[in-house]
Amino acid sequence: MADSRFNGTSTYVATDDLTMAVNAAVTLERPILVKGEPGTGKTQLAIEVAESLGKPLFEWHIKSTTKAQQGLFEYDAVARLRDSQLGDDRVHDISNYIVRGKIWEAFESDVQPVLLIDEVDKADIEFPNDLLQELDRMEFYVYETQKLIKATHRPIIVITSNNEKELPDAFLRRCFFHYIKFPEQETMERIVDVHFPNLKKDLLSEALNAFYKVRDVPGLKKKPSTSELLDWIRLLLAEDIPPEVLRAEGARKAIPPLYGALLKNEQDVHLFEQLVFLDRRAGSSQ
Amino acid sequence: MLIPFFYLLRDGGMKPSITELLTLLEAMKKGVAGQSVDDFYYLSRACLVKDESKLDLFDRIFAAYFEGVEDSLSDLMTDVPEEWLRHQAELFLSEEERARIEAMGGFEELMKALQERLDEQDERHEGGNKWIGTAGTSPFGAYGYNPEGVRIGQQGSRNRSAVKVWDRREYRNLDDSVELGTRNVKIALRRLRKFAREGAADQLDLEDTIDKTARNAGLLDIRMVPERHNAVKVLLCLDIGGSMDDHVRVCEELFSASRSEFKHLEYFYFHNFIYESLWKDNRRRHAEKISTLDITHKYGADYKLVFVGDATMSPYEIVYAGGSVEHWNDEPGAVWIKRLLNTYPKAIWLNPEPRNRWDYTPSVKLTRDIMDDRMYPLTIAGLDEGIKALH
Repeated sequence: MADSRFNGTSTYVATDDLTMAVNAAVTLERPILVKGEPGTGKTQLAIEVAESLGKPLFEWHIKSTTKAQQGLFEYDAVARLRDSQLGDDRVHDISNYIVRGKIWEAFESDVQPVLLIDEVDKADIEFPNDLLQELDRMEFYVYETQKLIKATHRPIIVITSNNEKELPDAFLRRCFFHYIKFPEQETMERIVDVHFPNLKKDLLSEALNAFYKVRDVPGLKKKPSTSELLDWIRLLLAEDIPPEVLRAEGARKAIPPLYGALLKNEQDVHLFEQLVFLDRRAGSSQ
Repeated sequence: MLIPFFYLLRDGGMKPSITELLTLLEAMKKGVAGQSVDDFYYLSRACLVKDESKLDLFDRIFAAYFEGVEDSLSDLMTDVPEEWLRHQAELFLSEEERARIEAMGGFEELMKALQERLDEQDERHEGGNKWIGTAGTSPFGAYGYNPEGVRIGQQGSRNRSAVKVWDRREYRNLDDSVELGTRNVKIALRRLRKFAREGAADQLDLEDTIDKTARNAGLLDIRMVPERHNAVKVLLCLDIGGSMDDHVRVCEELFSASRSEFKHLEYFYFHNFIYESLWKDNRRRHAEKISTLDITHKYGADYKLVFVGDATMSPYEIVYAGGSVEHWNDEPGAVWIKRLLNTYPKAIWLNPEPRNRWDYTPSVKLTRDIMDDRMYPLTIAGLDEGIKALH
């Protein structure tokens, strides 16, 4: 069991509670549902779990039009109709027109795979209910060919949600649940550290201070998240900005360089600039 | 094993199922959690909590159960806001004590010192509470009146490292009984979207018709489906003025952001209660009035009516002609609101005041009676209930 435990990877920092939830899901072979602010690494989790456990990854990205059936299989009736008009021989075998979906592919994998069902809340409200049996028993029935498809190895299923719709209780009951909260400064330092191992210590702490200050600005429409921070640091490094600049700006002018990477919303940028302006005025009048 | 804990969670208002308990036990049997209490906390949380708004409640129940303080469960439901505690504490302080606190570096410092002293004390002897409570000359004596006050810092207990995790209560602002905040507004909006997408009408399902016809080897097979109804119409009546102003801003944000989800959304303002006229622009409220009767004639019965107001006023303003504080009304407000309710059977009243305060105000009770009890607090949970009632 020791080698099948997930402990984060060289590029992904997993907190204790996240590790626990993932390991419970791996051991019990039940799905894990991950929620959290955008940009906290929900989708990345599945990729990292697959990598660290050395398992193949199947990704199923959900859109508002996705149907549960599409994950299992689709019967391409139109192709069959066309073939029948053209007198193609393939038309006699219905299994020629069964297109396998991501879940089917994962079920047929030779080794235990990781299956990512990304942004499950984007789909129709009934979507999770349509997958209950499949996720629970890890099997489904193809009516067209009258075949039962059963998972050779129960896949490790990672489901992510952005909370756009509420998920049904019956679905939730079958999953482990983890809410990725926004990392604290300490965790954030570790996260930045795995991404930029050679970052100068003082630049990092100044950057983080500036970052959390921006996050604390009241009224921001979209607060910068981990992924924005990483982008920003990448830019700072590319521009070779010394840490003193960040500090000096933080004290008097308070507007961090290249802040376009942190604030993605025009209104937020505007609000931020206004606050800085007021701040500066207050500073000079003292 | 763990069955008392399971029932405590259920009594506390969470709904873990038997399957989830069995999953937890199975995971423990397979040794997922190891030996530490922290691990067990993380594991049980992943198994039993499926909604981030319940994480805070879970933390509180977990803390209560595993510290053997089961009798403190009664106050789990009454979450005392820290602001209030602060006020209480200040209230009980004499001038002299206040001066001493200032000397110690203010309230924050005091609380820190208090916690330190508590921790220290636990190491030395058992009957810790007494020490704080009766030490008359201690600066903490004042807090003795308010046992909750001492607890803000949280009791240090024997298994300290473990307690820290759930006693930090990081998920507090996700709790769905707190008032709507910006983050919460977003989630609430999503709930409105759900309600905006339901309804029924028959229309041709082109895709399914083609599909079924193909399956039918080319014989036409027409399929009908209920329409995806994104056409909810809402009449929003907002109480404006006085204590309502800051609440109104939240509501306007809420509804205008979800505007795209509704086919029609109309705002109207009123002051304290509904009378013969409403207005759309609060600055010109006396110049541009819209007759309430005109509204009932203009907007059809398929509109859903949402009142937002604290319903806190003198009962005269509801039941008597001439009761309005602003003008002379020929007919009492109760008559007018009933006219509206007759036209719009789907109606709710959202009240920004917390539910436990409603009983103390006669006008709230009156309004609730008129609304057939369809009054809900302006919280996520309340909004949820209200939206159900609108269906």
